Amino acid sequence: MTATTRAPDSADTAAVRRAISSTPRPPRPGPLSAALTFGWRGMLKVKHVPEQLLDVTVTPVMFLLMFTYLFGGAIAGSTSAYLDYTLPGLLVMSVLFTTVYSGVSLNTDLTKGVVDRFRSLPIWRPAPLLGSLLGDSVRYVIAGTVIIVVGVALGFRPDGGFVGAVAALALVVAFSFGLSWVFSVLGMLMRSPNAVMNAGFMAIFPLTFLSNVFVDPATLPGPLEAFVDVNPISILATASRSLMAGAPDGMAIGVSLAVATALAAVFLPLTTRLYRSR
Amino acid sequence: MTTHIPLAIDASGLGKSFGETRAVAGVDLAVPEGAIYGVLGPNGAGKTTTIRMLATLIPPDAGSARVMGHDIVSEADTVRELVSLTGQLASVDEELTGRENLVLLGRLLGYSRAGARDRADELLDAFDIADAAGRLVKHYSGGMRRRLDIAASIVVTPRLMFLDEPTTGLDPRSRNQVWEIARALVAEGTTILLCTQYLEEADQLADGIAVIDRGRVIAEGTPRDLKASIGTGALHVRLLDPGRRAEAAQMLERTVGPVVLEQDPAALSATGADADRAAFAVAELSRAGVPLAHFSLQQPSLDEVFLALTGHAAQATSAPSDTLQENLS
Repeated sequence: MTATTRAPDSADTAAVRRAISSTPRPPRPGPLSAALTFGWRGMLKVKHVPEQLLDVTVTPVMFLLMFTYLFGGAIAGSTSAYLDYTLPGLLVMSVLFTTVYSGVSLNTDLTKGVVDRFRSLPIWRPAPLLGSLLGDSVRYVIAGTVIIVVGVALGFRPDGGFVGAVAALALVVAFSFGLSWVFSVLGMLMRSPNAVMNAGFMAIFPLTFLSNVFVDPATLPGPLEAFVDVNPISILATASRSLMAGAPDGMAIGVSLAVATALAAVFLPLTTRLYRSR
Repeated sequence: MTTHIPLAIDASGLGKSFGETRAVAGVDLAVPEGAIYGVLGPNGAGKTTTIRMLATLIPPDAGSARVMGHDIVSEADTVRELVSLTGQLASVDEELTGRENLVLLGRLLGYSRAGARDRADELLDAFDIADAAGRLVKHYSGGMRRRLDIAASIVVTPRLMFLDEPTTGLDPRSRNQVWEIARALVAEGTTILLCTQYLEEADQLADGIAVIDRGRVIAEGTPRDLKASIGTGALHVRLLDPGRRAEAAQMLERTVGPVVLEQDPAALSATGADADRAAFAVAELSRAGVPLAHFSLQQPSLDEVFLALTGHAAQATSAPSDTLQENLS
């Protein structure tokens, strides 16, 4: 080596040495413990960046106010009748919009290199993905609760009562678990968080509008009505409506859950494969 | 392959392609345990891809490697227990606080809640980030962030640490701090693979260096070996009387080699000088009565080594050998 001048051991260096040498290695955490730790990470983010949650809840609340008071009378005869019709659908919209952020935050982790740190750890491989889903589910519940609470404040009184509303929320959140893997794949493939957001909303926005969330499909031209009827978002909105009304539509609920399961079955393995090999 | 010195990294023919691009084209590395080993090369030379393979982040498509005796493919999980990554290779979470980052990693490495918190506090104190422990990392200064990065990599002290461009963009004080930490780690028994484009950094820290260019190791050895391998240095002379420079130049040309007249009217240097010839030349000058203000024998800098080996300059280097000369003189 060349003759370099070294600073004498400062107090810093001594502390660093102590910190380095004093580490007996703890036993490896179990898969569940690792996943829960990632869930905790997701919740910390909600705590530190609540704006992100605001983004996704403000839009549906805005739609709620706009559609109810602007178009409600024209579409359904009265604002209160329209509120009863559209709120269960807006719940779907609000929570599904939030799922796009699962892909956005995954992509953020990828572009910032955080994922590489996780992948270099001796932990159960799917733990980061499943853990962040746990964290995301908190967001889904918050987004859904906000829209229901605002609805109730505006006079929404579902026949299914509290239990019906909670059941509808649970169904929508369960559907979101499936859908979020689609956006996770998008998050793995795209170059930037913004690109994921744009692509995600480009898909989810028209799909939400071309559904029965806002209007009764019977009023639509034939081909469009045909599309709206098979749109899974329509089916989910129908299921949500039936639960809130206290008259569960078994068919719609079953199809919603089946679609969610199918989405997860295809896109979850795809996500983990991309996550591993990237 | 059996060796007597245990190897932290033993790679042979390691290769990786991305589509048509052969990012790594057969890298052989033998890194002894307990040392700092530098991997030197410009951007795009294949350094990062090599390290990502060694750290089990991506599988190689050719060759094989063992880290601390464990195969990086078939025993990837064991390798992950022994290594950690820093710098551009693996970052900390900017949207969490410094403490949360360390607690998170502590939990993931198996610490209990309380254990992870204690370990985080110990590291925050040692790395001088305790004051900023509750702030989000995105508001950290570059030096603080880099220290947190390293702290995050030693929540459990690794046997092998990949230190990637650890001082890029740091001010000299922070840079020295990072170097001190690296030396402390090695003193405690960790092996470090240092990836850098800064030749000075490799020269300062590394016991051995591999120079990578276009996906291959093109030279290997100690910094001193590498410098010696491209030949001799330069004798630099400064006269008291500028009027006698022509005379001095003639003598140096005869005793040493080609002479370069410098901008300073009293200074000149002769290339191709080894210690003996330089001593002889200086003695000749003084015998001839040419008074000297100063003389020095400079080894070639690693920049020159790089240029000689690759035919092109390393990127992101300052004026060639300025800083190195200061350290040598």
